[in-house]
Amino acid sequence: MNVVPERLTAKDYATDQEVRWCPGCGDYAILKAVQKTMADLQASRDRTVFVSGIGCAARFPYYMETYGFHTIHGRAPAIATGIKLANPSLDVWVVGGDGDMLSIGGNHLLHALRRNVDLQILIFNNEIYGLTKGQYSPTSRVGTRSPSTPQGSVDLPVSALAFALGCGARFIGRSIDTEQKHLPEVLKRAHGYRGAALVEILQNCIVYNDGVFADITESDVADDRQLYLEPGQPMLFGKNREKGIRLNRETLSLEVVTVGQNGITAADVLVHDEKNKMIAHMLALMEPPEFPVALGVIYCAPEVQSYETGLLAQVTEAKAKGAADLNKILRSGHTWKV
Amino acid sequence: MVPPTAVAEASRPRHEIDSVVVRFAGDSGDGMQVTGSQFTLTSALAGNDFATFPDFPAEIRAPVGTTFGVSSFQINFGSQRIETAGDSLDVLVAMNPAALKVELKNLRVGGTIIADVGQFNDRNVKKAGFVANPLEDGSLEKYRVIKIDISALTMEAVKNSGLSKRDGLRCKNFWTLGLIYWMYGRDRAPTVEWLNKRFGAKRPELATANIAAMNAGHAFGETAEMSGEMTAFTVRPAEIAAGVYRTISGGEALAYGLVAGSQLAGLNIMFGSYPITPASPLLHILAGLKQFGVTTFQAEDEIAAVCAAIGGSYAGQLGITSSSGPGIALKMEAIGLAISTELPLVIVNSQRAGPSTGMPTKTEQSDLYQAVFGRNADAPLVVLASRSPSDCFETAVEAVRLATKYMTPVMLLTDGYIANAAEPWLIPDLAKLKPFRVRFRTEAEGFHPFLRDPKTLARVWATPGTPGLQHRIGGIEKAYDSGHISYEAGNHQKMTDTRKAKIDGIGNDIPEQGIEEGERTGDLAVVGWGSTYGPINRAVYTMRQKGLKVSHIHLRHIWPLPRNLGDLLKGFRRVLVPEMNTGQLVTVLRSQYLVAAEGLNKVNGQPFKISEIEHAIRTRLEH
Repeated sequence: MNVVPERLTAKDYATDQEVRWCPGCGDYAILKAVQKTMADLQASRDRTVFVSGIGCAARFPYYMETYGFHTIHGRAPAIATGIKLANPSLDVWVVGGDGDMLSIGGNHLLHALRRNVDLQILIFNNEIYGLTKGQYSPTSRVGTRSPSTPQGSVDLPVSALAFALGCGARFIGRSIDTEQKHLPEVLKRAHGYRGAALVEILQNCIVYNDGVFADITESDVADDRQLYLEPGQPMLFGKNREKGIRLNRETLSLEVVTVGQNGITAADVLVHDEKNKMIAHMLALMEPPEFPVALGVIYCAPEVQSYETGLLAQVTEAKAKGAADLNKILRSGHTWKV
Repeated sequence: MVPPTAVAEASRPRHEIDSVVVRFAGDSGDGMQVTGSQFTLTSALAGNDFATFPDFPAEIRAPVGTTFGVSSFQINFGSQRIETAGDSLDVLVAMNPAALKVELKNLRVGGTIIADVGQFNDRNVKKAGFVANPLEDGSLEKYRVIKIDISALTMEAVKNSGLSKRDGLRCKNFWTLGLIYWMYGRDRAPTVEWLNKRFGAKRPELATANIAAMNAGHAFGETAEMSGEMTAFTVRPAEIAAGVYRTISGGEALAYGLVAGSQLAGLNIMFGSYPITPASPLLHILAGLKQFGVTTFQAEDEIAAVCAAIGGSYAGQLGITSSSGPGIALKMEAIGLAISTELPLVIVNSQRAGPSTGMPTKTEQSDLYQAVFGRNADAPLVVLASRSPSDCFETAVEAVRLATKYMTPVMLLTDGYIANAAEPWLIPDLAKLKPFRVRFRTEAEGFHPFLRDPKTLARVWATPGTPGLQHRIGGIEKAYDSGHISYEAGNHQKMTDTRKAKIDGIGNDIPEQGIEEGERTGDLAVVGWGSTYGPINRAVYTMRQKGLKVSHIHLRHIWPLPRNLGDLLKGFRRVLVPEMNTGQLVTVLRSQYLVAAEGLNKVNGQPFKISEIEHAIRTRLEH
């Protein structure tokens, strides 16, 4: 008898728990996009695990009708690594904010990426500490005024994606909380990647950092400040897609050009090659006002063996060498009878 | 019973003795640990009981000839029951002046010094901090000094081996071992076999040279070149329980015990660890036991190590992590998460001298407070302590049993001494151990993640991948009746009480406290835990022979304490608690039972001497 499984909708991935983010928080939009992604993938609810650390974003697992583990500050990538090693057949997602992932948990993020554990890692970047009431974060821009930096912050921010590339990440992508079509597509690409896949989601904190990405997301500037990358397609943006990104071969840097001006033709515009790490690094670092923000899959290296696959192959190999008999091992080597 | 493997030569009668303490001491690069472990092996094969104490510097290769670069290996072996590595030395092998300088204080008056005069040149003598050559200035009159140019004799023995001068000289530890083998009538064959196995395939010339050096050292004793200066001894086999024995270190026994426990529970192991002295041997040994379903994860730090273990437990394996005090401190927040989410977890702490970095290679028992109390908020867990290298096996099995049955972290305390020391072990038959198989929750009907067994109060263990049981857990307080997030005050009181009651209740599931030596009542109870077992037991035994009403109580279960311990202590007029700390268990006993227990404390990086405990017992009872 063939039973056709019921098709799950986005709603089927929502729990009955009351969502407790502030009204208008960008996290609502991300939750919706993730639930849609789950439905698009027809993900198995009981084989999916969301792991988070601490922070507003880290409440995420409570609202997903899957397995979920709300852990401690910064450590979600390490706990997720243990889960994946214990049961590699699980689909494991890691969720955290910029403080969780890039400040207290920066070390674990580094190593999860470098080891290439098969995880989807989502950083909700709102450039602020929300849950602790508004202190500046490691991604806050210089001069950010906050309760802990009343005169403005003086330290330089970290770029989540450039950091990831430096760590050896093999998949990086970026999207925006409210981009309900684009975000699920990036998440699906990350999900399909066998290895560590990092997605930075620009997220608005309506209470402590409202409008921090307005220079990118407001409708009057969006066309000029957002570059949607497509593999094999030229890097064009602007209202009429008249602007493009060109590689200046003398300075080895990117620059914005306008097709049809100063002798620039379509052929001058860079074509997106997801496998080009050097260009990916430059794309990851682009920011307004000089540049648009790069969105989509910025870097996707050819898949190699993921960490858990390699490590567990050693366990399998050890098991294949013969029955494991502890009694026998205890009696091997030098023994004597009394 | 196997007879001693070597026979005394007719011409030179052997003196029979009950037990001997020998300490091999030399430079870090002199191979003293190898020498000691080889001597241990042959003593075991000769049927002696024994205890060892490897004592080495934290530096990998400290500058040659310095006192802080001295590496030693002490063994106490005999035909009687051996409980400790020995209070004072009968024989000190000093491979250089620095070794003599450091270890002389441990030699008994009248004891023997075997010194390599080849290394007692002006430069080395001065580097060791002697004003004049101690072998020449009469300062060693109280001892028997045997001066041999071991360096020269070794070079002579290996001159045809084709080794460089440097490599040739490195064979001097085996020359010395050969001489000591002769002194105690030991069989050289196991060491020959070991050398061939160690170097045979890749560098057979090293095996040949070391064997030649060992044989030369042996022949040196045998052919009476010492002209009566040196005596040969016989140490008869000890009377020990029948069965098959092997030597085992604490690290090995722990690894095997954890694997045995995981098999009894029916679980694979997820072991997360970060290298730290003296805990790393467990990581190394488990990494070689993958065939038992052991995954070893060398994490980026201590926190990631415990977190990966917690992730492993969450996903249905037995999560284990291991470290020493400073690393355990880093893990504490995550251990709190495992307490809050009620996941099984075994945390092994091989204690070392502290605070902070302290003395990484020196032993101490100063993490009892950390284990029992060292977390934020009311965060009870189970604490166990191993008393000896071989005892680590049983303690590890018990740790796995309690962690899985009660869904709780269990802290297992060993120390640097236990982790590195070796002793003979009657190998248990694993088929006779009682299984305690874990049952995962699979029924969806009526499920929530904090459903409890009414008897044990353990929550259900439902792992990701189980159809229909998807749920969320975390470190936020949970509603008793649903497992959902709850900030309700009354609920927090109930959950806190329940977590405490669960751990307290384990007191009913562990054996009643017994007496190791002596009566159940008397004038003095000496209460110990961990690696002080040997000296306490021997001291109490000796003092009882002298008619004192003293008993030895030794705790494996530190938290919760055995349910009858309070009553037991009330049966004694006085309670003495020897510990290698400034008084931790003693405080716990005083607070739990309102007994006037007093401490006997020591933190100099060295285990208790039997005589120190005997002295303490006497001063309590003899006036």
